[in-house]
Amino acid sequence: MKTANIKTMNNITLDKARKGNLITIVNLPGGEINAQLIRIGISEGETLLCLQRLPGGTIILQKNRQEIAVGYDLAKKIKIILP
Amino acid sequence: MKSDNIININPRLSNVVTDINHFRNEKVVLVGNPNVGKSCVFNYLSGKYVDVSNYPGTTVSITRCNYNGKKIYDTPGIYGVSSFNEEEKVARDIILESDVVINVVNALHLERDLFLTLQLIDMGKKVSLILNFADEIKKRKIKIDTKKLSDLLGIDVYETAAVDKVGLDQIDNAIENARVGNQQLDLHFLMQQYIDEGIPQAEALLILEGDEFTTSKYNKPINKDDREKIYITRRNRVNEIIDIVEHEDSRKGEISNLLGRMSLNPITGIPILFFILTLVYFFIGDFISQRVVDFTENTVGVGIVEYNVKSFVSNFASSIIDVEILDKNGNLVDKKIYNFPDGMRVNPELKSDFEKFSSQPGALTKFHFSNPIAKLFFGEFGVITMTTTYLFFLLLPLVIGFYFVMALLEDSGYLPRLATMLDRTFNKIGLNGKAVIPIILGFGCITMANITTRLLDSEREKSIATAILQFVIPCSAQLAVITVLLSGAGVGPLLIFIGVIGSVLIILSTVLNKLIPGQSSPLLIDLPIMRIPKLTNVFKKMAYRTYGFMKEAGFWFFVGALAVGLMDITGLLLVWQDILAPLTTHWLKLPKEAANAFVMGMVRRDFGAAGLFTLDLSIMQITVAIITITLFTPCIASFVVMLKERGWKEGITIWLGTWVTAFFIGGLVAQFIV
Repeated sequence: MKTANIKTMNNITLDKARKGNLITIVNLPGGEINAQLIRIGISEGETLLCLQRLPGGTIILQKNRQEIAVGYDLAKKIKIILP
Repeated sequence: MKSDNIININPRLSNVVTDINHFRNEKVVLVGNPNVGKSCVFNYLSGKYVDVSNYPGTTVSITRCNYNGKKIYDTPGIYGVSSFNEEEKVARDIILESDVVINVVNALHLERDLFLTLQLIDMGKKVSLILNFADEIKKRKIKIDTKKLSDLLGIDVYETAAVDKVGLDQIDNAIENARVGNQQLDLHFLMQQYIDEGIPQAEALLILEGDEFTTSKYNKPINKDDREKIYITRRNRVNEIIDIVEHEDSRKGEISNLLGRMSLNPITGIPILFFILTLVYFFIGDFISQRVVDFTENTVGVGIVEYNVKSFVSNFASSIIDVEILDKNGNLVDKKIYNFPDGMRVNPELKSDFEKFSSQPGALTKFHFSNPIAKLFFGEFGVITMTTTYLFFLLLPLVIGFYFVMALLEDSGYLPRLATMLDRTFNKIGLNGKAVIPIILGFGCITMANITTRLLDSEREKSIATAILQFVIPCSAQLAVITVLLSGAGVGPLLIFIGVIGSVLIILSTVLNKLIPGQSSPLLIDLPIMRIPKLTNVFKKMAYRTYGFMKEAGFWFFVGALAVGLMDITGLLLVWQDILAPLTTHWLKLPKEAANAFVMGMVRRDFGAAGLFTLDLSIMQITVAIITITLFTPCIASFVVMLKERGWKEGITIWLGTWVTAFFIGGLVAQFIV
């Protein structure tokens, strides 16, 4: 039961996050964009706050004082869990 | 050969040797993330303001100055050293060649900025850290232990508040005391194999990190997994350092960013978006392009400058001068025609009569020169007279207005939020939110917008944005004409116009998205804290960019005018009009004279279109005419700038495409409504 739950949780992508969710990054999309994500502070295992989800799916993340906008197409490829 | 090897084996030794070689000519590079106040530091050093950027990626050009016998370079804001876009490539090259790196970080965003710092240290560069916005962290009750930070990094840390020039006197010490910091040891071990080959440490690191440019330069394999591992380790090191050095006492920081939050909340953000766009419209669309330009173009440009230049030329050249006196409603009150077959100066009586008559209020003076050279330079479309008026009295106020608004939006921190709010909309046309900048500028001047497409991330996006600008975005000169023509026509034509142009935009972007290989880059931007912009910075930024634009594009407006002027005096213009005439009359169902609009529109978009005012057109013919003119090729200056930016092949393809589309769509609409 519990493992199944984690499995489905693992399938959540960042675009599904809702305003106010604390999310933990599980998997980045791979390729060149990974380096850019890690640089800016979005790396695997990192926990961030979903500050806002705009209509259409653009996600705004908060990490301490830093705010980062992630486009919908990119958010779709970032796997997260909601702790 | 041998000594080369020795130099490169030990990075410290290499630095010593470099010091001796460049004792008086050290290269000092300012490096930092976007929005850290790097340019403020540079301006302090250069004594001359250059550019303070807020929006990630606007400092496209590199600025250099001399300071105490050292060469100081400013670099574009970057998040790390690599080759993801043009700016990073430029910054990378300058950093590789540098002797000393002054790394400017934003104390409020230390967590983001230290990634670059650690990378610079790992490169084995001599670095000093400028901890900027030190005043802001005190205000927000954040404590940063600079002593400990300095120990952990192994380099000096200097606190500054660069906007207020506080602490910048320490910059000499920062340059003097820059040193090689604490590097990640295992990384150094991996790098050694390349360093042993004689490759400088900085480049050895980039090879390990799979930087495409550096690996191919030294013919090494690219290992992108290694890059990710190195980046993750570095990111973790940053997080550890932050845990040790930074303590936040209150949540005060969040309050002052309330406006930033509100501008991204859909409920408050959409009204804020419309409010700001409306303000921009009233400032530029109404105040600048109507009131200010009316004064500068007609009163100063045509009424004073052109009148005096042409009067002076008339002294020597054979001329016929029409003078019409109009009352306030534009009705003809009086009219005189002066003929000076041998120039004005041989007929002083008539000259003084002309001067008296033409200096009455409401006088409209038209000079006709028969000498082809006089006509080419000083005639109706004269290279000197018309282009000067156009460039300095119409375009310059507009460009200033647009750059002023852009600088305000940038320095307030709203621009990245605007890009974020509009991201999904721009996704639909194959771009991301960043493209809002060239598109907004396009409504001012396509030439200016074409240059700004540089800040987009990929070639694919630059191509799509450039095409959209040339095809469907009307510049301010066109908008003015369209507004006048549509104002009396009612809602129907307006809806047809918007519908047709909108459809072309959708079809065009769909086709381009299919045709151009690859994918557009996704939005991933850092949102700076919103603050009230400093007006002196805004004005200086505006002035610097306006100067840059005029220097880069101004010349091509003269070239364009010269080309059309030459076609005019050689009779080629008539030939062209004759070629276009059947297309105009049969396909577009417009009078033959309307063809002038398309030909003259190549010099000035409003020019030919203004000729339509005098023709007796039905409302639907007007609709067809403005659709065709909007889709039609932009002016020659924007064409040349497009060729320079996008290359011959793409430039010519887009240019021809606008011809075909304008006539095809215009005619298609005409078949239905005229």
